Amino acid sequence: MEFNTNFILGCSAIGAGLAVIAGIGPGVGQGIAAGHAAAAVGRNPGAKGDITGTMLLGQAVAETTGLYGLLIAMILIFVKPLAK
Amino acid sequence: MNPILLAADDEVDFMIHGIFSYDFFGQKVWITTTHVSTLIVLITLMIFMFVAGRAMKKGKEVPEGFQNVVELIVEKLDGMVESTMGSKGRNFRNYIGTIFIFIIFSNISGLLGLRPPTADYGTTLPLGLITFTLIFITKIRYQKVTGFLRGLCDPWPFWAPINIIGDVAVPISLSLRLFANILSGTVMMALIYGLLSRIAYVWPAALHVYFDLFSGAIQTYVFCMLTMTYIADAMGDS
Repeated sequence: MEFNTNFILGCSAIGAGLAVIAGIGPGVGQGIAAGHAAAAVGRNPGAKGDITGTMLLGQAVAETTGLYGLLIAMILIFVKPLAK
Repeated sequence: MNPILLAADDEVDFMIHGIFSYDFFGQKVWITTTHVSTLIVLITLMIFMFVAGRAMKKGKEVPEGFQNVVELIVEKLDGMVESTMGSKGRNFRNYIGTIFIFIIFSNISGLLGLRPPTADYGTTLPLGLITFTLIFITKIRYQKVTGFLRGLCDPWPFWAPINIIGDVAVPISLSLRLFANILSGTVMMALIYGLLSRIAYVWPAALHVYFDLFSGAIQTYVFCMLTMTYIADAMGDS
């Protein structure tokens, strides 16, 4: 069955939009990490530097899954693997 | 181009462009903007290296001027490696310092209007593969082949395929993380300058601070931190 190229590109755009929903997970995770870091600084203000460093490292690692979704979306929109 | 993507598609430009191509044993090889940006970053680093070397050659007991800056950079990088890997990690100070300075210069080069070299998967994958090779060599050197095989069959022998997949995923996730972060910053800036070009005065500077400086510095730190953690893990308890 042959599809129109524009139809495939439209479906790719919908798929890209769905793929970026992966950003919800890292958003929630980073928020939880920041909240716990704030609580930790409240409990032990002396360790603020260490806590901030650990929080940023953990958040950057947690961000990876969201970035995979972003990559899929960008590949769908700009590389257009399905329309070839 | 395709009409349905963006109304101003030809104004939004963040792709890698080929500058000229040549035949390499029958293969068509392109010299791209990434090569040019990498070259500019390397030349900048080399000039910095010569100036720093001259400053250190006639260095004084009490540092002053530029010698202060060089000593501060080296001390901070060495301190970062030693606080993460302990005294065993002293041999890796050169490697970590080198990739730290290279990656941070590459990420910041977006501020100067270049397309950051790290926004090309061809730059970040080799960085990840170098780290992967280092992890492998360190594991063989510190745990010997028996320890390596024992680590591979960690809970049970039939667990080995999953451990191998976990090992292979390390360079891929390392390089994709850096690549996707810097690429997302590049795309955001290209969209702002391409689609909002009429009102894009002064205020994109704030976004540059976030996407180029903050995000670039954090990702550099994360890349070096994870490299150090993996290598320290490969050294084992011995």
